[in-house]
Amino acid sequence: MATVTAPAARPARPGVLRRPAARKLLVLAVAAAVLVPLAVSRWGGATWPDALTVDVSGPLGRASDWIIDNRDSHPLFLYFFGHVSNVVVLAVRAVYLALLAVGWAGVTAIGALVAWRAAGVRLALSTAAAFLACGLLGMWVPTMQTLALMVVAVLASVAVGALLGLAAGLSDRMDRVLRPVLDTMQVLPAFAYLLPVVLVFGIGVPAAVLATVVYAAPPMARLTSLGLRGADKEVLEAVESLGTTARQRLLTARIPLARKELLLGVNQTIMMALSMAVIASVIGAGGLGDRVYQALASVDVGAALAAGIPIVLLAVVLDRVTGAAGERLGESETSPLTWLYLLVAAAAVAVAGRLAGFLDWPEAWEADIAEPVNRAVDWMTAHLYSGVPVVGGTADWAAHFTSWVLNPLRDGLQWLPWWSVLLAVAALAWLIGTWRTALTAVLAMAAIGVLGVWNPSLDTLSQVLAAVAVTLVIGFATGIAAARSDRFERLLRPVLDVFQTMPQFVYLIPVVALFGVGRAPAVAAAVVYALPAVVRITAQGLRQVDPAALESARSLGATSGQQLRQVQLPLARRSLLLAVNQGVVLVLAVVIIGGLVGGGALGYQVVFGLAQGDLATGLVAGAAIVCLGLMLDRVTQPSERRTKKGA
Amino acid sequence: MSRKRITAAVAVLVLATGCGAADMTEQASPFANAQGARTVTLSVQSWVGAQANVAVAQYLLEHELGYRVDTVQVDEVPAWDALSQGRVDAILEDWGHPEQEQRYVRDKGTITAGGDLGVTGHIGWFVPTYFAKKHPDVTDWKNLNKYAELLRTAESGGKGQLMDGSPSYVTNDKALVDNLNLDYQVVFAGSEAAQITQIEQFAKEKKPFLTYWYTPQWLFEKVPMTEVKLPPYKEGCDADPAKVDCAYPVTPLQKYLNAGFAEDGGEAAEFLKRFRWTTEDQNEVSLMIAEQKMRPDEAAKKWVGSHESVWRKWLP
Repeated sequence: MATVTAPAARPARPGVLRRPAARKLLVLAVAAAVLVPLAVSRWGGATWPDALTVDVSGPLGRASDWIIDNRDSHPLFLYFFGHVSNVVVLAVRAVYLALLAVGWAGVTAIGALVAWRAAGVRLALSTAAAFLACGLLGMWVPTMQTLALMVVAVLASVAVGALLGLAAGLSDRMDRVLRPVLDTMQVLPAFAYLLPVVLVFGIGVPAAVLATVVYAAPPMARLTSLGLRGADKEVLEAVESLGTTARQRLLTARIPLARKELLLGVNQTIMMALSMAVIASVIGAGGLGDRVYQALASVDVGAALAAGIPIVLLAVVLDRVTGAAGERLGESETSPLTWLYLLVAAAAVAVAGRLAGFLDWPEAWEADIAEPVNRAVDWMTAHLYSGVPVVGGTADWAAHFTSWVLNPLRDGLQWLPWWSVLLAVAALAWLIGTWRTALTAVLAMAAIGVLGVWNPSLDTLSQVLAAVAVTLVIGFATGIAAARSDRFERLLRPVLDVFQTMPQFVYLIPVVALFGVGRAPAVAAAVVYALPAVVRITAQGLRQVDPAALESARSLGATSGQQLRQVQLPLARRSLLLAVNQGVVLVLAVVIIGGLVGGGALGYQVVFGLAQGDLATGLVAGAAIVCLGLMLDRVTQPSERRTKKGA
Repeated sequence: MSRKRITAAVAVLVLATGCGAADMTEQASPFANAQGARTVTLSVQSWVGAQANVAVAQYLLEHELGYRVDTVQVDEVPAWDALSQGRVDAILEDWGHPEQEQRYVRDKGTITAGGDLGVTGHIGWFVPTYFAKKHPDVTDWKNLNKYAELLRTAESGGKGQLMDGSPSYVTNDKALVDNLNLDYQVVFAGSEAAQITQIEQFAKEKKPFLTYWYTPQWLFEKVPMTEVKLPPYKEGCDADPAKVDCAYPVTPLQKYLNAGFAEDGGEAAEFLKRFRWTTEDQNEVSLMIAEQKMRPDEAAKKWVGSHESVWRKWLP
């Protein structure tokens, strides 16, 4: 990682770039020289000093008791949260009943027809195939439950996101206020804030929908604001010269001009809401996520996969359809009349399905994939786990990885004096960003100490660092290969899609079967999850390198390796940094879930808090995860903000 | 115009939400009672025994009594909370949560006891029988330190590994290791699934291990395990969580119902109150689900087919 995060020495002007970095380090060194002796003399020792921690378990425990005791009687719940919760339940129920009433034939037909108009024949066929596959896997009802949940959650997220984005896009002050808020919302691992939502709303759909909105609204807000700000100045001036009011300008010019960004925002929101649908199953959201989670409990990878595939299919179809709709914008508008015909056609299919008794998916048409999958997994674990000649089994690798990488890394981090960790964080964040990012990162790290979870946080950090290192090595190599070969990239694309959209819970069991219980499987799962984003961003960054620069390098007789090292990689520096940043954020999200397979540390504490209803443990660990996420994000943050999470 | 719109919007919102207080205790799942079917929502805990209870109850409710059954996977403590709020109608297997009982059953009255499940649970420390046969003295806690070296893993550092499971389980193991001066490190597998997977991998290689485990459990059929004797349980010896130095008690497992549901849940509530079977019955179904990877509904169907005399009594 060090090679990437260090200021890249551009061959042309090394001196100019080096100087500010040196200056920053000098300032830090001076500050450290003054502050560190002071700190050490007062609070010695390696771990965070007790004198600087605040024990919040008392007040948090009381707060949790208060909520449980007053939830049925306090006006705050009766007149506010209760209504919010009711509205969510009613909305989800309405959509769910509508979907059931239309029946499987109707839903498939409507999906295909909408996809056809929005994105063309090929996607219409894939949409129909995807829906049929959901039925075939015996997952029709759970799929409809997830779909109902998704529709409501996405609508709510889009509404909230668009409102926030509108505010940020129209007012500079709102933009300044909202930006850090949205940044923070995006780096929060969703697992961390399930507990407070559950406490207020109870287990079930309302809590799941609200947690999803927190998770999925930021990209919509960010892209809306981006779109409004990016509107062509000349068009706006022209419209203004016509004597329009500000509102007319917004409605007739700025919003239509921002359509592409808006659609991209919707697309991102859908993807994030889907990934949340599974995590929310931990708090009883029902649907496909719950099936995955239940399968996990009986160690049934096949059943988990049968419920995971519909999620992947939904994700891929929704992604492609909204993506294609965005690209087609402005090409040829479908007239309202066509939509009407479509609606009539879909309704006809639905009614026909009803009359023919095709409402519930016929059980005879279900295919059982669980058994063959389980056999394959059993074979894999039986033959790879140990005793493979020469290379050793996966269990041996995991043990070596734990003893040679994870243990030294964790012990090293925990051995480091606390102030030196803060200094290192400050230095890294400042070198790569501004003094503001450095300050945020240091404060976030300090907050972890204050909360009294310094050691478990460093344990989690060590897992993140190890997983990021592995992810980057594999991801950069694959990304470079993909950038150099079109064929390889085409082959890779579906694989990456599946990795990216497959719910993490599905591969938690296979990684345990391969790597045993502990931190190694958590790291392995994190690598699998974070890899696609890193590969994609790397490949894209390399492909976007100015062809002229490459051409001139080639004409100078550079070999292909030299071109890569001396032209492409330095020029794609920004993309590579973004890949590192995304890798870190995604890895953290899964390492936490690794608490379910023996990852320990903060992840375990969050699961413990959820399982035992222990707000103090769960919330403190959740807050520490958030701080860790903020710190890692700032330390790896390229100077230009990304526009979306999860690439 | 805009003011009119806002007023209208507020009016619609107020109307839609019914202007009065919203009772959060009366919110069933949005997926319940769809298409005019009577629905019962059962909570499933993460272990297979609980799945077996639910599978059989679900099968009978659906096929004998004409209900539609929704299942939601929730951990034990949140399940109590969900039960109190009416999000789920019943917990079929509770391992003893005195704090929750006090709060919801006695103080608030939102949950009522549903009687014994008929199965008796016991938590303990277990080693695989092949290991216990080779070293018979490992089954006493006093000799455990001798074997710490053998039970070491990469995760447990220099100490022996005592594997614990899901964070939702009742456990005193950390305190026990401290108070009994054992040279062991408690490693939390994080979920029962992870723990089972690891136990099976160990057993495949005939490796020694020490684990927190419980009966009844189907895994015993596949990986025979012997319990390690801990200092005997005495009433109240586990009162202070930090000072526990005794074995776990024997717990008759309980059912709990949402108070409203118990009152007017009709046949379903009556059925769930009467539901009562034996450890062997439960294990039979569990084994089909977990070991033969049958779908829970198929396993239930098979069991129901061959045990009519048992379940006939449960029907109202």
